[in-house]
Amino acid sequence: MKQKIIDILNEIRPEFDFSKETDFIEQGMLDSFDIVSLVSSLDEEFGISIDGLDILPENFSSIESIFALLKKNGAKIV
Amino acid sequence: MNLIFRNKKITGLLTVLPKNEIKFEDEMDNYNFSVAQSLKLKKIMGYGSHRIVESGVTISDLCIYGLNYLFDQKLLKKEDIDAIVLVTQSPDYILPPTSNVIQGKLGLKKDMICLDINQGCAGYEIGLFQSFMLLDQPDINKVVLLNADVLSQKVSKRDRSNNPLIGDAASVTILEKSEKDQTIYANVKMDGSSFDTVIIPAGGFKTPSTSSTAEMKEDAEGNFRSLDQLCANGDKIFNFVQREVPPMVESLLEKAGITKGDVDYFMFHQPNKFTLTKLADKLQIPHEKVPSNILEFFGNSNGVSVPTSISFNLGDRLTKESLLICLAGFGVGLTWASLILRMEHLTFTEIIYF
Repeated sequence: MKQKIIDILNEIRPEFDFSKETDFIEQGMLDSFDIVSLVSSLDEEFGISIDGLDILPENFSSIESIFALLKKNGAKIV
Repeated sequence: MNLIFRNKKITGLLTVLPKNEIKFEDEMDNYNFSVAQSLKLKKIMGYGSHRIVESGVTISDLCIYGLNYLFDQKLLKKEDIDAIVLVTQSPDYILPPTSNVIQGKLGLKKDMICLDINQGCAGYEIGLFQSFMLLDQPDINKVVLLNADVLSQKVSKRDRSNNPLIGDAASVTILEKSEKDQTIYANVKMDGSSFDTVIIPAGGFKTPSTSSTAEMKEDAEGNFRSLDQLCANGDKIFNFVQREVPPMVESLLEKAGITKGDVDYFMFHQPNKFTLTKLADKLQIPHEKVPSNILEFFGNSNGVSVPTSISFNLGDRLTKESLLICLAGFGVGLTWASLILRMEHLTFTEIIYF
C-alpha cells in the first residue's frame, strides 16, 4: 500500500522524491490543490471516501500519516 | 437558531444568466499549474464554463431584465408586488439601496417596502427567511426575492483559487401566502469571528480603495490579487463546511421529523464539486440527490447558485410535481443556513440569458 501511495504522489508532483522526504507540507511539496488531487486519487484507488473532516495538511505530511489516514477511513491493508 | 414558517410558498422562480461564457481551458495559462494538473483539477473540482457579465453590467440590469421578462410574459403584475427583498454583495451603489433603484426604474408602486440584505453564499436562504417574515404582515401578499451578484468584477484573473469558479447571476423568486397548512422548518447560524475567511479587504469605509490597495501581490500559493479583490481562504472554508453543514442538516431533518430518504433533493450552495461530493458522502446521501453541476455549466454565483441549481436541475418538474427539498447555503460571514420546504406546481421555473 505504501508503494501505491508513493506512486500516486509521484504522479501528482513528479518533480519530487516522496520516498526520501519526511515532511511534504513543510518542504512545500504539496499545496492545497495537490491535496485535493491526492484525496481524489486515494478515494478512487482504495474504494473509500476520506472523511472531509480528515482533509487537513497534517494528515498528508508523510507516507506514514497518509497510510494512517487510509486505515482510519476504511482502506483495506494489503 | 431554529426557525419555523407557516402558510408560505414559492410560486415562481426565474434565473437570469449572462450570455458571455468563458471556458476553463481558455484561462488555464493565467494560473501556475501544469496542463496535466489543470485538467485533473477541472475534473475533480468540476470547473467548466463560467458565465460572466460584460463590463458595466450591474445587478440591477440583470434583475430589471428578469422582472420585465415576467411582466411581458404576464407571469407577474407590477401592482401585485408588495415587497422587494434583494440579497447581494455587489450593489450598484454603497447607497441608496439597489432594491430602491430597481423599484424606481420599473415604476413600481410607492406603497411597498424595498430591502437590501448583505449576505453571500447563504444569501438565498436568508432572503427566503426575510421574505417569509414579511408575508406575516396582513398588507403584504406577494414578495419578490431578488438574489443577484456580479462578483466576477472583483476577482483577479490570476487568482487560481477563485477565478476558475466565479460566476455572475440573478434570480427572481416569487413568494406568497398559502392556504395549505405546510410547515417550513429552517435553521441558521453565524460566526462573525471568522469574518475575514471570505473578504474583499478594501473598498469599504474601513479601508477605502487607493492606488496602493490596487497593487497586485502574490500570495504563498502563487495567486496574484490586490486588496480591492475577493480573497477566499479555500482550506478554511472547506473545513468549515465539512464541520458545520452535516450537523446543521441532520438537526434540521430531526426538527422536521423526517429522514434523508423523505427528501427528494438536497439543493446546496455550489462552491465546487469536490466539496459537495464530500458533503454528500459525510451525510450518506446518494450523489444524485445532491446536484453539483452548477460550477461546470455556469460558475459559482454566490448565494444565487442555489436558485440556479433548482432552475437548471429541476426546472419544469416543479411546475408539474410536488418535491420535498432541502436547501442549504454556507460561506461568507461566516453564515450557514438551511430549510426544508415543499416546492410544488410553480407557475414558472425558467432560465433566461442577458
